[in-house]
Amino acid sequence: MSIDWQSFRLTVELALVVSAVLVVVGLPLAYWIAFSRWRWKFLVEATVALPIVLPPTVLGFYVLVALGSQSPLGRWWQSFTGHTLAFTFTGLVIGSILYSLPFAVQPFSAAFASVDRKVLAASATLGASPVRTFFRIVIPLSVPGLITGVVLAFAHTMGEFGVVLMIGGNIPGVTRTVSIDIYDQVQASNYAAANATALLLLVFCFAVLTAVYGLNRTTPKLWTMGPVK
Amino acid sequence: MPTPEPEKLADPTLTAIVRKSFAVAKRGFCLDVEFSAAPGFTVLFGPSGSGKTTLLDCVAGLTTPGAGRIVAGERVLFDADSQVNIPVAKRGVGYVFQDLALFPHLTVEQNAEYGMAHLPRSQRKNQAAAMLQELRIDHLRQQRPAEISGGERQRVALARALLSDPCVLLLDEPLAALDAMTKAKIIDDLRRWNQAHGIPILYVTHSRDEVIALGERVIVLQDGHIIARGTPHQVLSAPHQETVAQLAGFENIFDATVWLVHEDRGTMTCRLPGGQAGVFVLLETPLIRAEQGSHVRVGIRAGDILLALRKPEGLSARNVIAGQLLSVERRDMMISARVNCGVEMEVHLTLASRDALHLMPGGEVWLVIKTYSCHLMQR
Repeated sequence: MSIDWQSFRLTVELALVVSAVLVVVGLPLAYWIAFSRWRWKFLVEATVALPIVLPPTVLGFYVLVALGSQSPLGRWWQSFTGHTLAFTFTGLVIGSILYSLPFAVQPFSAAFASVDRKVLAASATLGASPVRTFFRIVIPLSVPGLITGVVLAFAHTMGEFGVVLMIGGNIPGVTRTVSIDIYDQVQASNYAAANATALLLLVFCFAVLTAVYGLNRTTPKLWTMGPVK
Repeated sequence: MPTPEPEKLADPTLTAIVRKSFAVAKRGFCLDVEFSAAPGFTVLFGPSGSGKTTLLDCVAGLTTPGAGRIVAGERVLFDADSQVNIPVAKRGVGYVFQDLALFPHLTVEQNAEYGMAHLPRSQRKNQAAAMLQELRIDHLRQQRPAEISGGERQRVALARALLSDPCVLLLDEPLAALDAMTKAKIIDDLRRWNQAHGIPILYVTHSRDEVIALGERVIVLQDGHIIARGTPHQVLSAPHQETVAQLAGFENIFDATVWLVHEDRGTMTCRLPGGQAGVFVLLETPLIRAEQGSHVRVGIRAGDILLALRKPEGLSARNVIAGQLLSVERRDMMISARVNCGVEMEVHLTLASRDALHLMPGGEVWLVIKTYSCHLMQR
């Protein structure tokens, strides 16, 4: 009836890996969404936002099918590693990345889009390549939005249930996350254990969000221009 | 079709033929200009919406013209025919934006050095330090744009653009928000800088005073077209088109008839038709070569008219006209009064004179206008 630290550690690990991957994948995607003038861009935006409204079981089901040994991706992975992606930590990471994608990409692209275009133009007239402009101007001016995106992705992955259940099942130390653990405890009528774990998750998530929003409060003000004196 | 100019080496002159159409809400706008700018200041003058900023954006590469050709010295920056369109970052065009667009998260020093990434660090530091010192902002090196004054920001933006070693400099109303003293200083700094560099500087403004202060050459833009070019004196003092007249600050423009010609005195009397039948105003104006009874146009700046509460006597001014105040409006730090004296005239005065004279709509006033404040134009 104690807290299942193994599943807690696994969940934090999953959330960290997913957040890290979403930074790498999400930044270019968000940049493209914020600055592309492609006429069909809205299709990409809708696809990225889909996991927000899609029931996690639906997403989990399709990811499971896609990762399974019947699909080309699953077969390719199997020929490569000798086992399927389903019911592994890697499979869980892939599912969670898709599931949390909009929670990272939308704040990222909103932050990029709110960077003053004149400032970007100024960077270009001073000879800066788009890559230099991105790292020297766009990223620093988007820091609050980037932090928000990473934290939302992290917190969202911490608490996911449906996708994990569909893809990962319930293998202790491999795919058994905190929310699955809580569900199990409740099913077994171990309310005290469920409460302890749930409370831990609640406090942890609240602490992370508080720290981030507290920090976020001070940074952007320094950078805003006052009226011309 | 634009014909290619002969390209001389080491001549930094900017030549631009720019055509660009926009479908702006409900009305179309078409920019269609052709000019060249030799090293030194070329002032682009015109009301807002005349296409000045769009033209600068085309030269900088931020906007792509529909047709035309832009050449800076020996470098073709844009040519619609041969599909040359050098990207913004490779054009080497310095641009000081109207709202400056400083990098808010970088210090003054980092802002200044931004365009020098290709130089070694020590050289960057030295050049930036020298420029900041020259512009008297070296004590602000570690400040961020939000922490310094408007005038200081203007100088940072200028330093940043100059340090990128541009082949053309574009300035979009860079001094609009500054007082006359600061303005004059920055213009001096720019002149000094350009004596060594000798690049074309396109300077956008809608301030008549700046045109006169800067002016070597002025190009007047209106609705996307060049309607006049020349020295400030040619363009402003002897306006030959009404649009230029309005731009040049003639708030009062009247159609008039030459009533009497006083060749011996060097003046004429012109008749302005009044609003009511049989009412007219006579104005003594400088003499131009015009027949009695011919039609002319008279422009009078609102700031050149004096207001008096009683009929003034013993003045050199030849035109003293009675009228009635229609309205007294405050515009920023200035008062704009409308006076009906047979015709309606706009008069500008200071807040202090309004208060000293207790000007109220409906009050009787006298307008005093010097002969040489009446500018005659062809109709």
